[in-house]
Amino acid sequence: MKFFTKFGEYLLMLKGMFSRPENPKMYWKEFMHQCVEIGIGSLPIVIIISLFLGGVTTVQTAYQLVSPLVAPSTIAQIVRDSMILELSPTVVSIVLAGVIGSKIASELGNMRISEQIDALEIMGINTKAYLIMPKIVAALLMIPLLIALSAILGIWGGRMAGDLSGILATDIFDIGLRQNFSPYNVFVSLVKAYIFAFVISSVSSYYGYFVTGGALEIGRSSTTSVVVSCILILVCDFAVAALLL
Amino acid sequence: MIEIKNLKKSFAEKTILHDVSLTMDTGKCNLIIGSSGSGKTVLMKCLVGLFAPDNGSILYDDLDMISMSVPERKELRQKIGMLFQGSALFDSMTVEQNIKFPLDMFTNIRHREKMKKVNEVLDRVNLKGANNKFPSEISGGMKKRVGIARSIVLNPKYLFCDEPNSGLDPQTSLLIDELIHDITHEYNMTTVINTHDMNSVMGMGDKVIYMYMGQKQWEGNNKELFYAKDEKLAEFIFATDFMREAKELHLQHGNKEQV
Ligand SMILES: Nc1ncnc2c1ncn2[C@@H]1O[C@H](COP(=O)(O)OP(=O)(O)OP(=O)(O)O)[C@@H](O)[C@H]1O
Ligand SMILES: [Mg+2]
Repeated sequence: MKFFTKFGEYLLMLKGMFSRPENPKMYWKEFMHQCVEIGIGSLPIVIIISLFLGGVTTVQTAYQLVSPLVAPSTIAQIVRDSMILELSPTVVSIVLAGVIGSKIASELGNMRISEQIDALEIMGINTKAYLIMPKIVAALLMIPLLIALSAILGIWGGRMAGDLSGILATDIFDIGLRQNFSPYNVFVSLVKAYIFAFVISSVSSYYGYFVTGGALEIGRSSTTSVVVSCILILVCDFAVAALLL
Repeated sequence: MIEIKNLKKSFAEKTILHDVSLTMDTGKCNLIIGSSGSGKTVLMKCLVGLFAPDNGSILYDDLDMISMSVPERKELRQKIGMLFQGSALFDSMTVEQNIKFPLDMFTNIRHREKMKKVNEVLDRVNLKGANNKFPSEISGGMKKRVGIARSIVLNPKYLFCDEPNSGLDPQTSLLIDELIHDITHEYNMTTVINTHDMNSVMGMGDKVIYMYMGQKQWEGNNKELFYAKDEKLAEFIFATDFMREAKELHLQHGNKEQV
């Protein structure tokens, strides 16, 4: 029962975002600000985890492929496909749910508790449109870019790890990279990226915007928003894989 | 003029406002007094539409706020200024940006004119030079004053102040009272103020409404307070020896004048 109430509230929040902006210039400014917060703010962590994900995938795939019948260049193929299809979109999104999601939820939660949202409402501003919409649109723009970057860095990290650990030379890796490449995988990866971006930004906005109580609840709801986003990401990940692959 | 008819509000079975009916006059400071927890803030939030009342109507110059469409309500709100009990400043913005925000959002005037307006209101609340401080860097009283500056920067028709001078020293408090009183008369605004400060009540109570346990217990002005027969009100106003002595003196003085 409670689930349906919450889900209804969530849908109403999304519907409430659509209204004519009071002043498009201010909305644009807020959107740009959010792009910087979301994109640049989480760039370092995305770079670090992507490099390591690629590296670990190379080493572990080589460890599991013991048969002499399999060409070493296959390792590169596996690294490429797992980065693009699963590791970059899903793992990076789960990390971003923690980084971006908790930031959005606590920012909005703080604004709610300290009555800043009420103050905006009193001025005649649609706070759902002004505070939530720019965050979701910025996430839809920046998170897929981060995920694309992550896939590239992951593959590069794998290539480097293979070279450094002596598992396979970069020229063999490059051959493998070009074997059986299917652009469809990139499409699936992008579908995932957009879905996850929407989940992260809208779920955390919901939990932040509707906080009630005191400072303690801000922390609690930002944790809840991360947990819920992570579960939804995994569920959607499975659904996309089942439907599109 | 704001007319409130049969307003009722409850939170989860607990009734906070029981059938409140009153009018707030234009060009006057309408003071709502009452002890802590008597429902002043809830009443004010119902008035501005932050809480939806269970029952009753709220008329802003004959326009019913509750049955308004969303765009109509937005339009009305641009004529409303409100100071919150906790100031509610945007903490990611400096003092200057806070005050400039309504101008940025709702006007198309040039930057230079905006800055002129910002500095003008900052000056009025005695905060010249605090432009680039963040809310976390200023005292509670200063936050209150920035909150007032932000709420009056668009020259609202209706001004709501929730305890404008709690936490301020008597001098600044007086300054804020005078400011609110002056702009109310200058721009013929409808001003509603929640307060428990007796100095404010005596100083600018063009109209005083006493709330007791979610009901309007008494209504009048600061002159009539001394002669009010209501026991609850007398207990609230003349709680201190100082106020009782002031009353005695006032009554003696008043009687002499009459003789
Ligand atoms: N959002 C809310 N949910 C539930 N109860 C509330 C809510 N806001 C206020 N109340 C209750 O309403 C009553 C009146 O509160 P209100 O804030 O209006 O008092 P007040 O007269 O403004 O007091 P003070 O002078 O201390 O500010 C209190 O008993 C409070 O517990
Ligand atoms: Mg109050």
